[in-house]
Amino acid sequence: MKTIRVRYFALLREQRGQEEELVQTGAATPAELYRELAGRHRLTLPEARLRVAINEEFGSWTAPLCADDRVAFIPPVAGG
Amino acid sequence: MDFRFATTPIDAAALARELANPAAGGTVTFEGRVRNANEGRAVVALEYEAFAELAGKEGERILAEARGRFEILAAVCVHRTGRLGLGDLAVWIGVTAAHRGPAFEACRYLIDQIKARVPIWKKEHYVDGASEWINANGDRSAPGPRRTP
Repeated sequence: MKTIRVRYFALLREQRGQEEELVQTGAATPAELYRELAGRHRLTLPEARLRVAINEEFGSWTAPLCADDRVAFIPPVAGG
Repeated sequence: MDFRFATTPIDAAALARELANPAAGGTVTFEGRVRNANEGRAVVALEYEAFAELAGKEGERILAEARGRFEILAAVCVHRTGRLGLGDLAVWIGVTAAHRGPAFEACRYLIDQIKARVPIWKKEHYVDGASEWINANGDRSAPGPRRTP
């Protein structure tokens, strides 16, 4: 198990009810982590519509997660 | 930093003065403002949220791409966060170049890429009290269930 700091934005933040949390997880990748959190918190956005950021940079769903990584799940953007 | 966020009203005139350059034969600016309707629904306000750390990096990358692709002198983008009312300035982009062509092209490139890539989200508040995160539910022609406050 490792500790990951997870940040939520926009629709995911509202569905989670908070902006960030520390998660104790055995997830090996962001994809596994999202499946775990989506199930626990009833997050409705499918992984295919999200991007992932690791330590404030766009990352891969299949990258290995390290202890104390900061992960953010990024809903479809809508700036401008 | 040439890609910035503002939590208070954007001062377009001050930004234009900042870009002033005697070598600039052309300055193109884009002002994105809060519109009173979207997809047939009457809008009363918008709320912008950003992943500031990553948005800043991606915004700077887009500006660097524009400088590489077009013969421009400078480019600046400022995006609002927080709650905005109708007509409020949501995004301001300014580009200077020796000639007008690259200035127009770079400005168009910047707003298109910013909308597509920078982690900023927009929630529309409607006249009937409902609200919705734009793009969150996928295909615009088949929106998901409307959420009410």
